[in-house]
Amino acid sequence: MKVLVTVKEVAEADDDFAIEGTDIAESDLEYDLNEWDDYAVEAAVQLAEAGIADEVVTVTVGRERTEETIRMALAKGADRAVRVWDEALDGAFADVASKVDLFEAVVAEEEPDLVLGGVQAADTGFGATGVALAERIGFEHAAVVNDLDVDADAGVAHVHRELEGGVEELTEVDLPAVLTVQTGLNEPRYASLRGIRQAQRKEIAAKDLSDLGLTADDVESSLTITSMYEPESESDAEMIEGDAGESADRLAEVLREKGVSA
Amino acid sequence: MSVLVAAEHRRGALRDVSYEAITAGRELADARGADLHVAVIGGDVDGFAEDLNRDGVDAIHTVADGEEFDHNAYQAALSQLADGIDAGAVVLPNSVNGLDYAPALAEALGVPIVTDAVGMAYDDGLTVTREMYGSKVETTVDVAGDRFVLTVRGGEWPPAEGVGDAAIESVDVDVPESGARVTGFEEVGGGDVDIADADVLVSVGRGIEEEENIELIEDLADALGATLSASRPIVDNGWLPKNRQVGQSGKVVTPDVYIAVGISGAVQHVAGMKGSDTIVAINTDPNAPIFDIADYGIVGDLFDVVPELIDEFA
Ligand SMILES: Cc1cc2nc3c(=O)[nH]c(=O)nc-3n(C[C@H](O)[C@H](O)[C@H](O)COP(=O)(O)OP(=O)(O)OC[C@H]3O[C@@H](n4cnc5c(N)ncnc54)[C@H](O)[C@@H]3O)c2cc1C
Repeated sequence: MKVLVTVKEVAEADDDFAIEGTDIAESDLEYDLNEWDDYAVEAAVQLAEAGIADEVVTVTVGRERTEETIRMALAKGADRAVRVWDEALDGAFADVASKVDLFEAVVAEEEPDLVLGGVQAADTGFGATGVALAERIGFEHAAVVNDLDVDADAGVAHVHRELEGGVEELTEVDLPAVLTVQTGLNEPRYASLRGIRQAQRKEIAAKDLSDLGLTADDVESSLTITSMYEPESESDAEMIEGDAGESADRLAEVLREKGVSA
Repeated sequence: MSVLVAAEHRRGALRDVSYEAITAGRELADARGADLHVAVIGGDVDGFAEDLNRDGVDAIHTVADGEEFDHNAYQAALSQLADGIDAGAVVLPNSVNGLDYAPALAEALGVPIVTDAVGMAYDDGLTVTREMYGSKVETTVDVAGDRFVLTVRGGEWPPAEGVGDAAIESVDVDVPESGARVTGFEEVGGGDVDIADADVLVSVGRGIEEEENIELIEDLADALGATLSASRPIVDNGWLPKNRQVGQSGKVVTPDVYIAVGISGAVQHVAGMKGSDTIVAINTDPNAPIFDIADYGIVGDLFDVVPELIDEFA
């Protein structure tokens, strides 16, 4: 069985950041593998270790810089990677359908039995790509999976979907399927030194639109970010000033007023 | 062209976000001079339809199919309805189940999707307000064309009220056989403590960095006579059990005092604690969204502030 894992390098804003135009200034962003995707990679690698998956391939949409992040997934045990990028994607805010166009083309080449991805990307928080992809490629799907047991012989994934309020839905999903993975599904490993060394030799295949049989028109986004700003704080919080001792002193006073005591 | 809203229910009860989505849908319908249709799929559809018949709803479509949510049935029903009533806008809850069918529906309808809206304006086209970068910024997003699927965040629109005079109509839908079958439900997060019962909660987040540091927050909880709770990553890491988790997928708590230590204030966390009487936040990041809902805030390092606070109560 072959597992394809969609991974994204996400940006996190520094404590102090400036907005330039419609994004946060590049110098105020830190990049990392998306937290949710880390759990998806781990799930795939565990399937390989259990002898259920023969190959784990990651696919990402991102410029060359993202290779550092992709290598982390390879160091954790993915076999190889596909990185899709094209000038036509530069500067635009890709909509769900255009990401699905790209992944659809990669799925056609790779023919996976299972596609795993994170529930959402931490930076944009759309939470939509996996389920839309499933619809496009005719796979079954389940979103927000926090328990996974693949029965390859029966061609079924037994999953829990984590609903709101401490309730989980138990579902059987026929393969091939796309599952979006929730944090807590497993314990993502740290890359070992050996893994990091091996990752240097693993293949990252770079593909542009024409490699995938697509054109710039195919991936034209229907969404445009027209402004970005720090939300007006509606808070009337009392911000307690002073050094740690002074602020603890004032907070203790507040807490006692509220009746807090051991 | 009309506006279509889908209601959400679980285990026999409509969820609040259904009424909020109706309000958002009505807003769009007004802006476009359109009718507002509401669909309710599965469960006690007739009873639900009565509840959903609020001011501003023009038509309600009931689809009797199974008891609980099934993404296959939702997608089939909403595709058919959207075609039938020429729905230019489909408004859905941005819930866990919403995320299990809304993107597939948009894909099937061939229209763009914008998720997790916190606001919107419709003029020549749709402009959605949504957050990015862990709620540190807001963006406005323009959507090309006049057809789309929009999912709305819970708690951002007021619930629709009153009693409407909607036409209620039952619809037959051919639901194709599904390759994803729900076999049951499981309650998680039970056990010895119920953090929802506590008057004072000290809640620890990822700012604590290491498992062994949790002890510091335990000491604070002891000094204050408080109960210890946590944000999700602490539970995901296995540092505290699931029954300590506050938030959308954990417990909803409303203590007299909630002290958030090293918690950023992500929307799914806030959903579980915003009803607390007094909220205190300790965080190194002055831009952390938790300060927006706090009553008292300390911008500072928890490793400096917490030991001092313990001393105050020792
Ligand atoms: C479907 C779904 C359901 C979810 N359900 C839940 C849920 O039920 N509950 C929940 O909590 N989350 C939930 N989440 C996850 C949520 O999106 C966030 O990822 C999570 O709440 C972040 O936890 P945190 O604030 O502890 O960590 P972070 O966001 O990483 O924040 C850590 C904070 O600590 C601060 N900090 C760092 N060092 C220090 C220091 N020395 N002193 C003081 N402050 C410091 C940082 O400035 C930062 O603000 C859910 C997500 C999804 C997609």
